[in-house]
Amino acid sequence: MGETSEEPVIRLRGVVNRIGGRSIHDHIDLDVRRGEILAIVGGSGAGKSVLLRSIVGLMRPTEGSVEVFGRDVMHMSDAELRAVQMRWGVLFQEGALFSSQTVAENIQVPLREYTTMSQSLMNEVAAMKLSMVGLPEDTAQKRPSELSGGMRKRAGLARALALEPELVFLDEPTAGLDPISANLFDELVRGLQKSLNLTVFMVTHDLDTLKATADRVAVLVNQRLKVGTIERLRDDDDPWIKEYFSGPRGRGALGA
Amino acid sequence: MGNADDQDEANGRPWFNVEHRGRTLCLTAGGSWIVRHAAMLDAQLRAIDTEHAADVEIDGSNIDRLDSTGGWLLIRTKMAFEAAGTRVRAFAVPDLYAPLLASIEHEHVTPPVKIQEHDTLAAFLERVGWATHNVLIQAVGIVGYLGHVTLEGLEALISPRGNLRVTAIVHQIEEVGINALPIVGLLMFLIGIVLAYQGADQLKRFDLEILTINALGVGTLREIGVLFTAIIVAGRSGSAFTAQIGTMKVNEELDAMQTIGLNVVDVLILPRIIALVIALPFLTFYADVMALIGGAVMCYFDLGITIPEFVRQLHTAVTVNTFLVGLIKAPVFAYVIAMVGCYEGMNVERNAASVGKLTTRSVVEAVFLVIVLDAGFSVLFSVLGI
Repeated sequence: MGETSEEPVIRLRGVVNRIGGRSIHDHIDLDVRRGEILAIVGGSGAGKSVLLRSIVGLMRPTEGSVEVFGRDVMHMSDAELRAVQMRWGVLFQEGALFSSQTVAENIQVPLREYTTMSQSLMNEVAAMKLSMVGLPEDTAQKRPSELSGGMRKRAGLARALALEPELVFLDEPTAGLDPISANLFDELVRGLQKSLNLTVFMVTHDLDTLKATADRVAVLVNQRLKVGTIERLRDDDDPWIKEYFSGPRGRGALGA
Repeated sequence: MGNADDQDEANGRPWFNVEHRGRTLCLTAGGSWIVRHAAMLDAQLRAIDTEHAADVEIDGSNIDRLDSTGGWLLIRTKMAFEAAGTRVRAFAVPDLYAPLLASIEHEHVTPPVKIQEHDTLAAFLERVGWATHNVLIQAVGIVGYLGHVTLEGLEALISPRGNLRVTAIVHQIEEVGINALPIVGLLMFLIGIVLAYQGADQLKRFDLEILTINALGVGTLREIGVLFTAIIVAGRSGSAFTAQIGTMKVNEELDAMQTIGLNVVDVLILPRIIALVIALPFLTFYADVMALIGGAVMCYFDLGITIPEFVRQLHTAVTVNTFLVGLIKAPVFAYVIAMVGCYEGMNVERNAASVGKLTTRSVVEAVFLVIVLDAGFSVLFSVLGI
């Protein structure tokens, strides 16, 4: 066990992913440090979500090793994997709320599965999580189909936070939100990261989100990762990265 | 409290003590107040008597791990004291966790969520009431839709708009008719075998086994052939209609069609209905043939009736009318199956669960209506003396 604070929360070594003969990732190395917000950016179809899916175990990389909390998630028993899964939360792109249940019941799914809390405590916790992600209390009784896209994402985040994870994966948290909701979501992520001391692994397209939240950025380009702060990456001479940070949107968001 | 080598034990069990110092109640807490231990803490904290103290001091400075669930438990306890009129003189946690508690306390001001009770008598009655209401709405909706589509269909057929989509119709005939041939054929062949076997078994006792062929012929041609084919098609194509149209609705494809100026009834609904109305009679004919072949095979092996004998006996047993009485039902069944399938598809809401729910409902309704209509036809034919 003995984790030190120096040890990365996520450690990828030589990860290769090939889907249908097409190479997506070519020997990727990545360390995500405890307590940081790391954002993965890259063009559409560059394999950002695939990378996320290989870390959370929804997909098995063709080669390489994936360690989370210092433990190899590719070679562990179901019970061990479950123990690791309890320490992370995943927010999917559209929230992925279970559509047959109310929002409160959605948040309580992991609680019901992994703890012995009484129903009344679970109701309190659900209400607390909802207010933490900035949703009004009456959302609890609503079904996912009654919520807007932004509310669904917040509710999904509340569910991801239900078991008090140390590590949170966010897949395109601000995609499809209006700029105001997106800003609020960025603030929410930043605030929760501080108050709960989370490590955040985020896939995003959104330059504003990047600027507002990310401590470090990993750019997925030509099947490889380039990692650094925004300032350092802006000086990179890769044409895609140049275009990304110095194109009209990049300059607008980052202030040229 | 555990030892520092083992993380789980080091941050192990949370604890708290309640102590009375005069009129002051002191609550001292320590250990790790985290979600894993919340259930235990919850029960113990609720048991604290909040009524009989003038003021209270809460000291959580020995807590070494705190998450938001644990934080909520602390805050809830504090709120319970305040609600009971007890003054909270001190409330201390390690500095590290102060911001977390502040944000929970700041944001969480409203009372907890009420989860609806599902198991009371009133709730049961309410559900029954809603279900009845929904069935009625559903019935009215189907009848209304039937009228709407029939009108549009007639318009498309007679008007020179030329918006009858022949390609789509042919494609649908392939889907619902030709592609259904293997399954319908196999099932009807087997049903022919089963019917012949059962008939032969009973009629043998009276030495009337030759009448097996009469029973098989009349039963298959009048009832079984068309009824089974309709039920198979309802399960196969009615559900497909609902799922296809429903998925398109979820994807906003129907909205896109409307904005482009395409009429959904012309483009999606009519081709399916027309195709099924054309295909089902042919399928029924094919099903009749397959069932009779199955029966003939069984008669040959079980009763030793040769194929020429079988055909001769069948000739005396059935007339063209027997066959037509069965066949005439096919277009009606087809119309109902396609209509229900499309109607439920249009009813799909914009979520994934809805597609599955309505697909199931469409099959159940279609099979139900087919059987009801079949009974209706029987009554009609007996009144007409056919």
